[in-house]
Amino acid sequence: MKTTLILTTALVASGFAASAQELNVVSWGGSYTKSQVEAYHKPFTEMTGIKINSIDADNPATPLKTQVEAGNVTIDLADIELSDAIRLCDEGLLEPIDPASLPPAPDGTPAIEDFVDGALQDCAVATIVWGTIYAYDTTKFTGEKPSKIGDFFDTEKFPGKRGLLKAPKRSLEMALLADGVPAAEVYDVLGTPEGVDRAFAKLDTIKNDVVWWEAGAQPPQLLADGEVVMTTAYNGRIFNAIADEGKPFQIVWDGQYIDFDLWAIPKGAPNLEAAKQFLAFSTDTQRLADQAKWIAYGPARKSSASLVGLYQDGKIEMAPHMPTNPDNMTNSLVNDPEFWADHDVELNERFNAWLAG
Amino acid sequence: MTDTTALLTTADGKPLKSALAKSQGRARRRAFLLVAPLFFFVLLTFIIPIGQMLFQSVYNPTFTQAAPNLVRWFDENPAGSQIDEAAFAALAADLKQMKTDKTAGSAGTRINYDMPGTRSLFTAAARKADKLEPPYREALLEIDKTWGDPMLWRVMRSAASALTADFYLAALDLTRDDTGAIISVAQDRQVYVTLFARTFLLSGLITGLCLVLAFPIAHLLATLPLARSNLLMILVLLPFWTSLLVRTTSWMVLLQGQGVVNNVLVSLGILGEDGRIQMMYNQTGTIIAMTHILLPFMVLPLYSVMRPIPPSYVRAARSLGASSWTAFRRVYLPQTLPGIGAGALLVFILAVGYYITPALVGGADGQLISNLIAFHMQKSLNWSLAAALAGLLLAAVLALYWLYDRVVGIDNLKLG
Amino acid sequence: MALPIYASPLERVWHYTYLVICGLIFLFLIAPILIVIPLSFNAEPYFTFTEKMLAFDPEGYSMRWYDSLLTFGMQNPDAPRDASWWRDVWHNTTWVQVTKNSVIIGVFATIVATVLGTLAALGLSRPEMPYRRTIMAVLISPMIVPIIISATGMFFFFSNPGFPYPTISFSPFEIGIGHFSLREEYGFKLANSYPGIILAHAVLGIPFVIITVTATLVGFDQSLTRAAASLGANPRTTFFRVIMPLILPGVVSGALFAFVTSFDEVVAVLFIADYEQQTIPRQMWNGIREQISPQILAVATILVIISIALLATVELLRRRSERLRGVTPR
Repeated sequence: MKTTLILTTALVASGFAASAQELNVVSWGGSYTKSQVEAYHKPFTEMTGIKINSIDADNPATPLKTQVEAGNVTIDLADIELSDAIRLCDEGLLEPIDPASLPPAPDGTPAIEDFVDGALQDCAVATIVWGTIYAYDTTKFTGEKPSKIGDFFDTEKFPGKRGLLKAPKRSLEMALLADGVPAAEVYDVLGTPEGVDRAFAKLDTIKNDVVWWEAGAQPPQLLADGEVVMTTAYNGRIFNAIADEGKPFQIVWDGQYIDFDLWAIPKGAPNLEAAKQFLAFSTDTQRLADQAKWIAYGPARKSSASLVGLYQDGKIEMAPHMPTNPDNMTNSLVNDPEFWADHDVELNERFNAWLAG
Repeated sequence: MTDTTALLTTADGKPLKSALAKSQGRARRRAFLLVAPLFFFVLLTFIIPIGQMLFQSVYNPTFTQAAPNLVRWFDENPAGSQIDEAAFAALAADLKQMKTDKTAGSAGTRINYDMPGTRSLFTAAARKADKLEPPYREALLEIDKTWGDPMLWRVMRSAASALTADFYLAALDLTRDDTGAIISVAQDRQVYVTLFARTFLLSGLITGLCLVLAFPIAHLLATLPLARSNLLMILVLLPFWTSLLVRTTSWMVLLQGQGVVNNVLVSLGILGEDGRIQMMYNQTGTIIAMTHILLPFMVLPLYSVMRPIPPSYVRAARSLGASSWTAFRRVYLPQTLPGIGAGALLVFILAVGYYITPALVGGADGQLISNLIAFHMQKSLNWSLAAALAGLLLAAVLALYWLYDRVVGIDNLKLG
Repeated sequence: MALPIYASPLERVWHYTYLVICGLIFLFLIAPILIVIPLSFNAEPYFTFTEKMLAFDPEGYSMRWYDSLLTFGMQNPDAPRDASWWRDVWHNTTWVQVTKNSVIIGVFATIVATVLGTLAALGLSRPEMPYRRTIMAVLISPMIVPIIISATGMFFFFSNPGFPYPTISFSPFEIGIGHFSLREEYGFKLANSYPGIILAHAVLGIPFVIITVTATLVGFDQSLTRAAASLGANPRTTFFRVIMPLILPGVVSGALFAFVTSFDEVVAVLFIADYEQQTIPRQMWNGIREQISPQILAVATILVIISIALLATVELLRRRSERLRGVTPR
């Protein structure tokens, strides 16, 4: 390993070693990461001088798990979904987080009461509530427009390619909703072998019309490029494409799927203290409300709700575009994290086989 | 003869034979010393890493570490023993330990690989482990009846040995039933054999396409005067030197629904605005882009075989009355066979392991086995299965490589 | 290729059809590479030719994507373009950072691959080399083994360098498996570091150096070294004054191949590099998957121009080498 040593010396000497005051934060990329950079990272760097390296991943939970299992952790903080937060915490891969370390609301309400139900986990703290919806290109449908979750699967009435996340999570629930299963029963049905068969049978009906996406930034792009006429997507990304770029997209809220995104710190994070400091900073009332200025996701604190106002362009009222707006919640499905923590592996296997077959 | 050689001596009086052997030995050592640094470098940074990775395909200690009591029980009681209270007691003790160590998830995942749907069995039972009281059999069966399933115990016994062939079975869509006999997995879970078959089929197709496209231009290049063929050769070499990602990007730009090819077809009136062809995010995309990327690897060996073929042979055949087709088929083609063999093998070997291009333009049905290895490496994190799939792919590639060495010879590998 | 005088009319037709077919195949080879060049000057964010572009209206073209390459990732892109603006570019622009990484990693990997590869090629070309064929096969294998397999292997080994070894305990007699780990023993690892990715790229570049250098050594007259020695040159002088000038073109083109291999490599970077070591192809991979804005086409155009330059260099070297060695061109 002599070569290695020489090279290391050369590289350190030429000044490429990382400085200690940096945090590696992994998130989902695109306009969502941008909203975090604007609302959290920039003010934090200004306040503490700690530089934040923002890293994109399709799903930050996977590089986090890979790094901890390979014993090679460089991530300090990751933005992950609720089911992944529970699963990774179960497997002992995350640092526990004490709710008492989080700042109280401006009126003094302790954090543990200020966060909405389920937002505080043993090893993770939620920042936003987001929705998976489907959106279509309004220029592609001259007559009747899609308005129900079932329309996504109706290729006769609404011909054209569809974009869909290349994962069983959300696709299977969506298929069952479209097949007429009431939102409240979706996970009960999906828990039975017949229910899984039923979901896959429904997906079969559009299999040949699907363009699969993997990163959250892809669906608005697929719509804009005309590769698909409608696609599932995270509501905030579609909102930004409409608000910022004036794209002719329309969100269908029927059957939306609601979930949390949470900050989590991997076991063995290189800058644990700074990561905890950042976590507390970014989940205070003002910061969470600020993020809504940049993307249409609901803050996870009750006290932030009243601070949410206009979009960063100063014109659009954000409240109607939030996934938590009651008008948008008809027939909505709230993610059952326990279900996915338990069934992720087997349903992924089945999904892969289905995809390849 | 032997006697005379033995008597010959060098100037300083040593027998010639031993002096010769000595100097040859020295030359051999010197040659070896020149190669040694690189050889050890490749060994350390390439061969050993791959070996270590492959080792994971037969070695997975997740369950043995999480369930030491069960491992002991399986050791003491041979296969076929009655699953008695002692076994359930060992299981309960392990579940309690898993709760404290937070290992129920990984232990459950390991069992889940061989018996789908059982991960939640472990996490759920571990959550309630503190309340488990003897008799453990009844207590566990009350949590979930599956704990009494002989299949589960068969799978746990197999996982209780860290050395295992289970992952190679899984990589071939095989599993064991509750008696331990090898059977196929359920139809709706079969994926790997299909993907291996598709990988080889698509690679074969791409190799065929490359051959069909490369043959005419290699022939043209070989028969043109050197100055002009060198100029045209640049058209073959430039793609070869251009970044793989650049070429893939170009194909994405060309093949998109709103891309150049579709736009040209629409503006020429060949396609209607609604009739745009889907050429990307499917097999078509993978085939077109990979054929383009691998084409130079076919042209170059063909060219180097065709160039020295004297044109007089074909002319002679013609003058002897052969039609141009006969002359080509009987005289020219047989002489190009070594080039065809070299090019086809090389393209096939490279195609079988392709990852980047199918990942970007392949959609769902244009994925190859490499993409599935990447999936298990980066997403599902079933590293042992990824290693087993990699082991099978590697075996296939090495067999082809051996064939290449036998047929073509590694020395004849040329670049540009 | 001239048409013989005795060709029949049918053969003439076939001959011209054949030329057209060849023309189309050459078009298939080259068009996808050249198409990105005009498109990268598109004034609109589309991947196709707009009407203005086809009419050669200057308004249809713009440098905006090249400009966005410079400003992407900057802290103050809108500041006046003075010295501090350029400093900002140098320190913060994403494409500048990844270019630095690509060059650093490429150069070091090339040095390692070229030095070790050239020495080995010299050894391999000696007739006395034992097990020549087998060793050659091993050294070429990084080019043959699918990159996903090499990258996963390196991922595990570089994250936790070590190896399993059999352990035997005598009571009761049992064979188990232990694991020696450099990380656990000494905290040593290579993943997510510059040396790690450099070593990985060096290995991947080695086959190219071996192939090109051994090719220049084919027909190398071993009596030249003996002649030099008999004239009193020591081995060092022989190497630098006799061998080196003859094999230099091969070494340089091997080095170029090794550099391009590293410069173009993305899978190993995906697996074993961290945020700090992102390279140009890695950044392109991000861009292509999420958003192929014409910015990517601007990068692609620059890369195409670089590959044209490299190709020209290698071709010149090859001809020089053939002239020097007196080998008639193929």
